[in-house]
Amino acid sequence: MAQMTMVQAITDAMRVELKRDETVVVFGEDVGNNGGVFRATEGLQSEFGEQRVFDTPLAESGIGGLAVGLSINGFRPVAEIQFFGFVFETFDAIASQATRMRYRSGGRFTSPVTFRSPFGGGVKTPELHADSLEGLMLQTPGLKVVIPSNPYDAKGLLISAIRDNDPVVFLEHMKLYRSFRQEVPEGEYTIPLGKANIVKEGSDVTIITYGAMVHTSLKAAEEIEKARGAKVEVIDLRTISPLDIDTIVESVKKTNRAIVVQEAQKTSGVAAEIIAQINERAILHLEAPVLRVTAPDTVYPFATAEDVWLPDVKRVVDGLTQVLDF
Amino acid sequence: MSVSTAVEQTGNNTPLQILAPDGTVVRPDLMPKLSDDELRELMRKMVFTRVWDQRAISLNRQGRLGFYAPVAGQEASMIGSEGALSKEDFILPSYRDIPQMVWHGYPMHKAFLYSRGHIEGGRIPEGVNVLMPQIIIAAQCTQATGVAMGYKLRGEKRVAINYFGDGATSQGDFYEGMNFAGVYKLPVIFFSQNNGYAISLPFEKQTASENIAVKAVAAGIASERIDGMDILAVYYAVQKAKERGVNGEGATLIEALTYRYGPHTMAGDDPTRYRTGEEQSEWELNDPLIRFRKFLEGKGLWSEKDEEAVIEEAKQAVADAIKKADETPKMKVSELIDVMFETLPPALEEQKAEYLAKESK
Repeated sequence: MAQMTMVQAITDAMRVELKRDETVVVFGEDVGNNGGVFRATEGLQSEFGEQRVFDTPLAESGIGGLAVGLSINGFRPVAEIQFFGFVFETFDAIASQATRMRYRSGGRFTSPVTFRSPFGGGVKTPELHADSLEGLMLQTPGLKVVIPSNPYDAKGLLISAIRDNDPVVFLEHMKLYRSFRQEVPEGEYTIPLGKANIVKEGSDVTIITYGAMVHTSLKAAEEIEKARGAKVEVIDLRTISPLDIDTIVESVKKTNRAIVVQEAQKTSGVAAEIIAQINERAILHLEAPVLRVTAPDTVYPFATAEDVWLPDVKRVVDGLTQVLDF
Repeated sequence: MSVSTAVEQTGNNTPLQILAPDGTVVRPDLMPKLSDDELRELMRKMVFTRVWDQRAISLNRQGRLGFYAPVAGQEASMIGSEGALSKEDFILPSYRDIPQMVWHGYPMHKAFLYSRGHIEGGRIPEGVNVLMPQIIIAAQCTQATGVAMGYKLRGEKRVAINYFGDGATSQGDFYEGMNFAGVYKLPVIFFSQNNGYAISLPFEKQTASENIAVKAVAAGIASERIDGMDILAVYYAVQKAKERGVNGEGATLIEALTYRYGPHTMAGDDPTRYRTGEEQSEWELNDPLIRFRKFLEGKGLWSEKDEEAVIEEAKQAVADAIKKADETPKMKVSELIDVMFETLPPALEEQKAEYLAKESK
């Protein structure tokens, strides 16, 4: 097994699928010869040719429409949106077109597009590069939304996303691209969409989280365990739509206390949805309100303020303390 | 500048015409090679469509149809363009382009079910190469590039045609689609039916550009500006665009100058608020059916008897299709949930169970 960064694992997933299935095509801005602005498509054009891996003009709506058109004509497009803040330019292709194709045609047409896109804070980008906009995706019927937290998951989840017969938005946290390496198997393997992963077992409180916040949460769990001996369970959602509510509810029934940690702003979104569902399914098991640790409801901040703006270990520890002391 | 005067303009802006309004051939050199039967078939489809449109309007007024965008006046643009394609070519229509869908193989009763808002309207039969009508007015311009790229990648000699109105040419997707088609040299036909009004907005308030065809220049693709009331000009332009596409020469933008006699849709639009009766009368002198009928009569290919036969045929077809639509079982919400995903996630399974219980009562 090779040690890979998350971005290398993502490239490897596309390589595996390009090799396995000739209907897979990969395209986006600078993804060809340049290999993508993060090198996520490094080497793919030289290996598979310009028919399979190619650059597009700089127009996200055009990219989305191209993907939808290819998908209804028997292809399995993997379209890169260079930064997820640009999703608004192609939101029509995602929310009004790809996700409605099966519905609109009563199942006659499907749109198996994978929209890959870097997102996430902490890397000092200009505006509209780092925003966590997954909550918007969550409220889009017909869409699956995947957010890996490590190289191993990224490869297995991306292969599943590409093979899925419905549209998937696959969000890659920029800070995780090269932050650590992990053993990643050669060749193909899949991780099912819609299944969460308990990355740390515990009995006293549950943290439900995803993406880069998995790592922040694990550090907070370690701190609180050292400080007061509480055993923390950490759930990495892996897929935020569809939500693996069974794993969440089972954990909450065991620990009776939970917090949801997300990098996105507080209102609506993933954390709010999870708390609503816990209320519906497990309220009588709760010993404390389920709290949210999130960013504030502002526009994503200018780079010099982002370290303070983003949820950090201390805020997660504070959240855990509050529910444990309730 | 109104569109009616645009038709009469001279110079590079002059729309291509093969038949003059009096039915005489003004460009014999461009005459499509069509047999007598093929010519008669084009006329049959136009007459049929005119009758079907009148019936659809009346059915809408009786509450027996839902959303409907009248087509009278635009028959030459619609039928001439579809007629120049083969059934292997793919149509990406807008909401007014139901006739092209039906003449391409989409069953009429499904068009009525679509109008009523029933899922069976969307279930296009396998092998019929049309997409459901697009509501976002230029989204099909970008999707057509994807369909066409698929043909190109597989080496198939097929084209994707997308239909849109003059209003859609103000949307970004129109430019993005043409630009992509230009860069990749895709077999796409961008077919704009310029009927002069986007609901109420007249063309001169839509764009300061002198016409739509000229917008192809920026994308580096070919364009053609045609008299959209002349079915032979439409046929000629689409046939040429198709040849260009399948020969690897890339995309074409066609601007067909036409007019809708009726309202934008049957949902309360009143055209007298934004256009004059004189203008309408002027356009009716250009009527595509009258013009082509004169041409065919001159060649002894069309008679009153033929006309009456088609009228009866169309009335019967509409009656049969409405009957078939009426017989279609009522749609269920639980059935709609089934087509959200290939495999339903647990949350939707729960919601489906809730609606199944409600709907089985």
